[in-house]
This record gives sequence, structure tokens and C-alpha cells, in this order.
Amino acid sequence: MSAAQTAAAPLLAVSGLGKRFGGFVALENIDLTIAEGERVGLIGPNGSGKSTLVNCLCGTLRNETGSVLFDGRPLDGLIAHERTRLGLARSFQLPKPFHTLNLIDNLRVPLLYTVNARPGHSLSDTDVRARCEELLQAVALADKARRLPRDLTQVEMRKLELARAVATEPRLLFADEAMAGLSPSEVEEIIAVLLRLNQQGITIVLIEHIMRAVMSFSTRLLVLVAGQKIADGLPQEVMRNPEVERAYLGE
Amino acid sequence: MRTGTFLIAAALVGLAIVVLTRIFFTNEYFFFAAYVVLQYIVLSTAWNILGGYTGYINFGTGAFFAIGAYSSAVLHKLPALLKTFDILIPAVPLPVMIVVGGIVSGIVGLGTGYLTLRLRGVFFAIATLALSVVVQTLIVNWDYVGGSRGIYIIRPAQAPLGGGYIQYLYTLMMALSVISVCIARWIERSRLGLGFAAIRDDELAAEAGGVPTLRLKLIATTLSGALMGMAGAPLPYYVTYLDPGSSFNLAYAVNSVAMPVIGGMTSWVGPIIGAVILGTIQQLATVTISSALNLLIVGVLLILFVIIAPNGIMGLISARQRRRAAIIEAAVQQRQAAA
Repeated sequence: MSAAQTAAAPLLAVSGLGKRFGGFVALENIDLTIAEGERVGLIGPNGSGKSTLVNCLCGTLRNETGSVLFDGRPLDGLIAHERTRLGLARSFQLPKPFHTLNLIDNLRVPLLYTVNARPGHSLSDTDVRARCEELLQAVALADKARRLPRDLTQVEMRKLELARAVATEPRLLFADEAMAGLSPSEVEEIIAVLLRLNQQGITIVLIEHIMRAVMSFSTRLLVLVAGQKIADGLPQEVMRNPEVERAYLGE
Repeated sequence: MRTGTFLIAAALVGLAIVVLTRIFFTNEYFFFAAYVVLQYIVLSTAWNILGGYTGYINFGTGAFFAIGAYSSAVLHKLPALLKTFDILIPAVPLPVMIVVGGIVSGIVGLGTGYLTLRLRGVFFAIATLALSVVVQTLIVNWDYVGGSRGIYIIRPAQAPLGGGYIQYLYTLMMALSVISVCIARWIERSRLGLGFAAIRDDELAAEAGGVPTLRLKLIATTLSGALMGMAGAPLPYYVTYLDPGSSFNLAYAVNSVAMPVIGGMTSWVGPIIGAVILGTIQQLATVTISSALNLLIVGVLLILFVIIAPNGIMGLISARQRRRAAIIEAAVQQRQAAA
């Protein structure tokens, strides 16, 4: 454990989390902690339970066993929008834009329903407007503010997905395969965006298959295989772990 | 335009239409026909609040409509019932019945929503269809409101606001149309409407954005149900003979789906256009050809629109506007490039 983790209570603490779909065990006895400000890479082969874990943590799915503490507060029983309001945001593996709304309105949804729903916050119409512009500017989409999502390219769609998650002003962001299917230069773009967000104080968990991206981004790696956590530590060390090697490259 | 201003403008337009038609049309049949068209403006606007804004397709319009109608029937018989217990109350005025019908249907909408909104897509639609059957069965077996025999309702001898009783019903339905259209337009421009649209486009993403989806969907079913009930409340006085067969008529469910589809589901204007066009065609066909032709016309128009213009008439207009804007934008860019 790093010094930062032992010094303060973790931002997210998961203990004994388990999820099954019928007879299939998707996640088994997952323990993990994430400290404020970390950049964690969550990797694992297809079907190892990464997205299921994100879905359980964000309230999209209900985990049968285990408990989740966010900033010392138990999340068990809270539904997705309540967790979002507490400061837990996510982007989806397949971008899910609101396809009948233009980009501004896409961002107004989290601003009006999450930021304004928090006690002590009330953005006026002009504040919301300005914040939308600012968020779009941050991902270089300002000139498409009035367009519909269907006019966007794949990488722009990913950026919108991130901007919408960031609009909730999260403390912890799960970026679920934010770079799948992008070209190397587009991957760099997204990493730059994520690094900037991290500098602004958002703790980020990156779920990704592109190892180059994961290695350059993460300060710590978590590895899931077949619903179990098999490694947790510094990226270079984890990659040397024989179990991880076996899971990725075979015997 | 602000909601308050729009409300005043809409009320003035409604009032002007009522005054002008009541001056220029002396034929009672006009009011009979116009009442039906206005009733469909209310029904399709109400349907669209749930179906168009949040994307939950409701085939149970007939149930909510009939609940409004039958709650009026109960209120109509109430003074006589209370008299047997030596409690004397005057006849319940129709506007009160409309409010009560709205409240009862709204509660049923809330209950139905609570039980069914965990179902998505086609399963929700099937559940609403089932609701119609359940409510109809209850009414058929409820003797106090006539059961399957039906019930005769005698109109009051005097109509308020001058003129005949049908003119009075027509005026009330115009007021309901104005109210429901104003509610729909207000929703569209409010935070609520934005949340509805997010639910329609992607419910998981809406939740992730902090939208309390269940609560919003319950608001939609309650509002939609209440407006349908209000549209049904004057029915007993319109038909003067209320029976389950006519009040649960399939036409209400089919028309209130077809009208927003034909007019366009994403804006408050769509259901009005759909109701006016389809409602008028149906009324004309009833007089000139046959009343049985109505559903055939709806069916054919519905198929045509679903194939040719799935976003309805409003969708055609906004697509045209977008194309124009794109052409203008391209021209501007070309000019800038040349300069």
C-alpha cells in the first residue's frame, strides 16, 4: 500500500462484493480500495467482470453480497442517480448520447439533475449555459454545440460521453473503455483529457484493453480474471506477475 | 414565449374560436363534431406526455378515458343515493366532475405506473392493454353504474353560458384543450421535459446523469392519466347513454396513438395537428361515407406515416429546416474560404 492510501481513509472501499447472473458467478469476493487523486487502471480479459463491477459500483446492477463505502458512506441500496449525486460518475462502454438532444442539452441533463440537485447549488440559466460551453470547449466540441450526436465522429462521441460524466462534477470517474476502436492519435487525445481531469482533482478508474494507454495513464493496476481480483499494485510489477501473464498470454 | 404569456395567448385563441363559432354556426351538428376533435386534442396531447416525451407507449387510453366518464356517472347519481340517507346535496356541476375525473384517473395512472414502469418497451405497452381489460371487466360487473346494460344520463335542462348544452360541452372541451396544450408546452421547456427526453433517449444514461427516472416516469403517467380522465369526464353528458362498449372503444386507444405519430411526437404542436387532421377526416367520413370507415382511415394513414414520415408532420418540417440551415452554413463557409 502506498503512503497516500494508509494516511487518509480511502475514497472508495469495496469489500466482499459478489454478483451472479443465475448460476454464473460474474464477480466473487472483490476487495479493493481507491484513494483520492489516484489514476487506477482496471484490466482483464473479455468477460472477466470489469463492466459488471462498474455497473455494481454505480448502481446500475445490484450486487448480492459485499458492501461499498464511498467517502466513508455506505452506498448499499442507493440507486444509480443517487450515487451520481454523491459524486460517482461513469461513461459507458458504448457511448449512450441522448440522440434527440443537441450537445448543449446533452450536458444540461447532468447539470440540472445532478449539480443543481446537490444542496447549496443552484446554477442560473446563464450559469448552466456558460458551464456547457466550458465543458464542450474542454473536449474541443464547442463548435458543434448545436449539433445532434449523430453528426459526431466516433472520437467526438467518446468525448461527449466523458464531458457528460464530468458535467456531474464527480469525485470519482469510471471511464469504461473510453478509447475502444480509436486510432493511436485519438487515444492520445482522450488520455490527455483524462490526465487533465485528474489534475483537476478527479480520481479516475480507467477500464481499458489498450495496454499502451493503460500503462501510460495508470499509477496503479487492478486485474480481474473470471470475476476475481488476481493482482493489485504498481503497473510494472503487476505486468511481471506470472498469474497476470498467464491470464493474458496463456500457459 | 414565456409560459404565462403562452397561456394567455392560447386562452385568447380558444376563446376567440369559441365565440366566433358560436356566432357563425347555428347547426348543432357542428358542435357535436368539433367536440370530438377537441376531445382528441386533449387525449393525444395527454398520450404524448407519456408516449412522446418519455417514450413509454400506452395502449390503455380507453381505460383512463372511461374512468373519467364513469366517475362522472357516479357523481351524477350521487345526490339521489345520498337522498336515501336523508342527505340533500345539489346536482354536481360538470366542471367539478371534470376535476374529480382527472384526480381519479391520475391516481389510477400513478398506481399503474408504479406497478408497470419497471417493465420496458413492449412489455409496458402490453401491461397498459391489460389495464384496459381489467378496468372494463370491473365496470361491466358494477351494477350501480349500469354494468353491461349501460346507464342513461339526463342532461340538465339549463345549460350554463347561454346556448344549448352541446355548445356548453364544446366550450368546456376547448378549455381542457387549452389547459392540456399549455401543460405539454410547459413540460417541453422545463427541466422536467429535459429529464423526460433523457429517459426516452437512454434510460441508463439518464440515471447516470442523475435523473430520478422512476419518479419522473410516475409524474408522466399521473399527468397523462389525469388529462385523459378529464377528457372522458363530460362523455356521459355528450352521449347521454353511457355503456362499457362505447366508452372503452378501441378507437380511443388507436386514435390517441395515431394522432401524435401522424403529427409528430417530439413537440406539443404534433398532437394538435394530428388530432385536427385525423379527427376532422373521421368526422367528415362518418357523415359522408360511413362510421365504420373511421378505423380503416386511421390504419391506412398510420401505416403511410410510419413508412414515409416516421417523425410525423412536425418531423418533416424540422428536417426541411435542418437541410436549409446546412445549405446556408455550407454557403457561408464557402464564402469565407473564398475571402
